[in-house]
Formats: sequence, structure tokens, C-alpha cells
Amino acid sequence: MSKRIDLVDLDIFYGDFLAVEQVTLTVNPRSVTAFIGPSGCGKSSVLRSINRMHELVPGAYVTGEVLLDNEDVYGVDVDPVLVRRTIGMVFQRPNPFPTMSIYDNVVAGLRLSKRRRRSKDLDDVVERSLRSANLWAEVKDRVDRPGAGLSGGQQQRLCIARAIAIEPEVLLMDEPCSALDPISTLAIEDLIHELKDTYTIVIVTHNMQQAARVSSTTAFFNVNAVGEPGRLIEIGETSQIFSNPRVKQTEDYVSGRFG
Amino acid sequence: MTTVPILTGRRLPRWSTPVVAAAAILVGLVLQFGGISPLGLAPALFAAIGFIVARSTWSWILEGRRHATDRLMGSLVVGALLLALVPLVWILITVAIRGYSVMNTEFITGTMRNIGPRVEGGGIGHAFVGTLQQVGIAALISLPIGIMTAIQLVEYGRGKTLSRWISFFVDVMTGVPSIVAGLFIYTAVILTFGFSQSGFAAGLALTILMIPVVVRSTEEMLRIVPNSLREGALALGIPKWRVITFVVLPTAISGIITGAMLAIARVAGETAPLLLTTFLAQDVNFNAFDGSQTALPTFIWDQISRGTAPAIDRAWGGAYALILFVLVLYAAARVIAAVFAPARE
Repeated sequence: MSKRIDLVDLDIFYGDFLAVEQVTLTVNPRSVTAFIGPSGCGKSSVLRSINRMHELVPGAYVTGEVLLDNEDVYGVDVDPVLVRRTIGMVFQRPNPFPTMSIYDNVVAGLRLSKRRRRSKDLDDVVERSLRSANLWAEVKDRVDRPGAGLSGGQQQRLCIARAIAIEPEVLLMDEPCSALDPISTLAIEDLIHELKDTYTIVIVTHNMQQAARVSSTTAFFNVNAVGEPGRLIEIGETSQIFSNPRVKQTEDYVSGRFG
Repeated sequence: MTTVPILTGRRLPRWSTPVVAAAAILVGLVLQFGGISPLGLAPALFAAIGFIVARSTWSWILEGRRHATDRLMGSLVVGALLLALVPLVWILITVAIRGYSVMNTEFITGTMRNIGPRVEGGGIGHAFVGTLQQVGIAALISLPIGIMTAIQLVEYGRGKTLSRWISFFVDVMTGVPSIVAGLFIYTAVILTFGFSQSGFAAGLALTILMIPVVVRSTEEMLRIVPNSLREGALALGIPKWRVITFVVLPTAISGIITGAMLAIARVAGETAPLLLTTFLAQDVNFNAFDGSQTALPTFIWDQISRGTAPAIDRAWGGAYALILFVLVLYAAARVIAAVFAPARE
């Protein structure tokens, strides 16, 4: 498991509007790569174009290449459904399915996308996924209760469990902690540390301390002005980006002297 | 050391509203029975205005302008509500009283066969069969079409030209007068293809009226399903049609069912299209595909047009039965909506 991602000359459009321009970068397998940058710089758009969620917005498209171990995600015969089974995603706000129990939430991806499995197998998947998401101990006695009844942090871990239940190669996280309190955030960050041994993880975050804590590689995106496209300014080892950035803009941003 | 309160102001006593209201009502009664109409106003209206003026003035003197404005506007809003409720409650009470007097088992199960306009007795059994069959046919046809149209509009067609046109025509259909729907089925089905008048033709006419209502209500319900749920499901690699079937629809199902029930209730009261498509029968006709059927609204219309006292009583009874029928549908909608509502702790 876990694959490498290469973005090559990626341009991201919303209709006529060029939102992100000429992004070329590499995400290494079994590592955590953080995307940082101010609001509107396009880091979320880049993330969403990796598993073809970007094109769900009417009129949105990309040009360039997104390579998953040298296989183009935007190739001619590629099925976006298969892409999303390989590249999982966790969103900013926890979004458990309100009509489903905790159990059903975890197996939703399997049950609704692949052939029927024996319920014993599903039980194993539920336990394994919830254990991986550090949620098993808290919910093991009430997996048949609604997922919406959990706390925000628990819901987010449920969504992570749901995403890893389908055994993806890559896990994309779009500001997974921004709606959570510090204790839940800590729980998720610990989880990311454990998951990086198995998955390729890309995390978008507004929190630079978080990027410094969880990631090995950091990419800094910036935008000159509203209405102009966002750009990848610099990518490098996290320690280097935060201590010894090569570009002035990066230094201004990570040191808080932005603008 | 005592602190001077700075956060409290003088307020009207709690009993001020009932006391002023009681005084206004008293004045109104005195005027009513004295036969006086001050300033040319009816006593009830004078009392209502008097209540608002008195309470607002008292409030201004004691509490200041902000509270007085609040109380004035509050009274006007509540007044508008009461005014809107008057005809509704009036209709309900009148129908209930007049209808209840003829309501009995024979009235519910009986028919109008061999019962002349000057004779008491008879019943709505045949009309009830007609309403159930015609509305059932309309529901069977228009619920699938309406719900699927709404799914196309919300899930597949956002911002596309085709859906804009569909949406436009659904709006146009909402405004079609019901008699035009009946006329359309009359010319398009009965005259053109030579079918006889039947409950099925009436069901088709009701379908035309029902589809836009179902589309609109289902659309509303689908639109309030958060997009984050769709994205969350799609990001798991679930195919779109399964996302719609197993995530979006279950989330919205209680609202969709409520909307469907309201649409059924709405067409159950239609009269004009039925007159053109199935007309009337005095006896029960279980075959919806051949021959005339009476429905509850056309029963009422028929009995009123006879003009005799027993017939008019039967019309009230029919109206009462129709209201009860619709009420049962509303109640069922609430129960079903509660059963299917997304589980919450």
C-alpha cells in the first residue's frame, strides 16, 4: 500500500477562472505532506484535484497531470469512482451520514460500492478501522447508535475510520482539525502519526504549528491578490521550510510577518 | 453598601396585558349590546384598536419608547395572525357542526342510488371509493415522475440548460388552473382516443396538477441535504446513483413523504377537472377504467346544486368527510415523517 503522487504543471480552473497555476510537486509515500498558505491560495483546490473531487463543482476542470505511481488520475479511460476508492479524503467538517449508525458509517464505502461481503468480514473491518482511528475504545459498546450522536472530535475520527475502511493508498485531509477543540486536535494528530506508516498522507492546514508537528514535507502556496491564481511558492522538508526557507514570501508567512 | 441597579428599568406589571385585554373586551361588549358604533367602527374592531392604543400608551409612559414600539408591533403581528385564523377556524367549525349532524355509518357506507333530492338518507360510500381510486391513480403516476424529476433537477442538472427549462415548465404547470387540466385530458384522452369518461381519466387530470407540487416539494427537500454528505460519500468511491439512493434520499425521505402527502391532500379536494373527465354517478363504481365515478368534491357539488334541504345537509356531510380524509393524510404524513427522520441522540 501507499503510493507516490506527482503533480505536473497542474492548472486548476473554475469555469473561466484560473484558480491555481502551474503546480509541480511530489508527495512521497509513507509520509505526511502539509499544504500551508493563506486563505484563497488554492491549497484546498490542489488537494481536491488529486482525487477528482474538484470536478464536482459545475464548470470546474484541471489541465496538467496528477500521477499516482506514474498512472495519470486524469487519463482518458480513468473512472473517477475508482480514483476515489484509491485516494480517500477527510473533510474540514465531520460529515458522518446522519441516517446511519456508527457501524454503518464505517462500512458505508464497502457496502455501497463493492459487492456484498459476509457480515463477519464487515465486523472485522469495523473493529480494525475504528481501532486504527483510535475510536474503538470509546464506541465499541454502541456501534449501532447513530454516528451523529458523537462529539465533534469523535465524529471526525469516525470519518477517518470510514475513509480507511476502504483501504485506500492515499489519504487526503482538508483542514481536518479546524472545527475541533485542542484535545480532539491532539487525538487526530497522534492518529496521523500512526497512519503515516501505512498511508501516503496529504494534509491542508491553516495551523502552522500543526504543519510543523505532523508533517515531514511542507508546501507553501500563496496568492498575490484576489482574482489572481494561486501558486506553489516553495516545497521542502518541514524543518527547512520553517527554519531556513529559500523564498522571502515563505519566511514572511511562517514567521507571521505576512503582507 | 448597596449598589444602585443600572440594568433594570421600569416594566409594565405582568397582569397588564390580561387586564387591558379584559377592559377592551368589556368595552366592546357594552358597545355591542348598547348598539353603539363609535367613529363608525364595529365594536369588536374598536375594542381591538383600543387595546393596542391603551397598552402601547401605558407602555410608553412607564417603559419608554423602545418597549412601547415593541409592544405595538407585537400586537399588530399577533392581530394579523388572529385575523388570518378567523376564516380557517370559522370554516372548520361550521363544517364540523353541520357535517357532524348527518354523519353516521349509513352515511359513510351508503350510496345515492334511488335516493332523490327531497329524501333524507343516502351516503358518500360511492364518492369515497371514487376519491380513493382517482387520487390513488394520480399518486401512483405522479409520485415516481415528480420525485425522479426533482432528483434530475437537483442531483444531475444543476445549472444546465435542460434543467432550467424543466424548472421553468414545472413553474408554469404549478399555475395551470385545475379546470384546464381537466379540459386537456378531456380533449387529449377522451375525445381524441374515444375513451369513455372514467376514474382513470380523472386520475390523469389530477396527475397534471400533482406533478409540479411533488417536484417542487421534493426539490426543496433534496436541496437542504448538505452537500458535505454527497462529497463525503463520493470521496469513499461510492458511485453517484448509490450516493443518491442510499445517502441523499434517506436523509431527505421524511420531508419527501410529507410533501407527497400534502400533494395528495391538495388534489383530493379538486372538483373542476373531475366534472370534465369522470362526471358523476349515483351508485358505486369500482371499475376506475370504465364509466363515471363520483368523488367527494363532485358529490358536494352535485348535492349543493340540487338545492333541497336534505341534499344540502348531505353536501355538508361530504365536506366534513373530505376534511377528515385530508386530516388523516396530514396526520399520517407527520407520523411517517417522524418514523423516517434521521436518527439523532
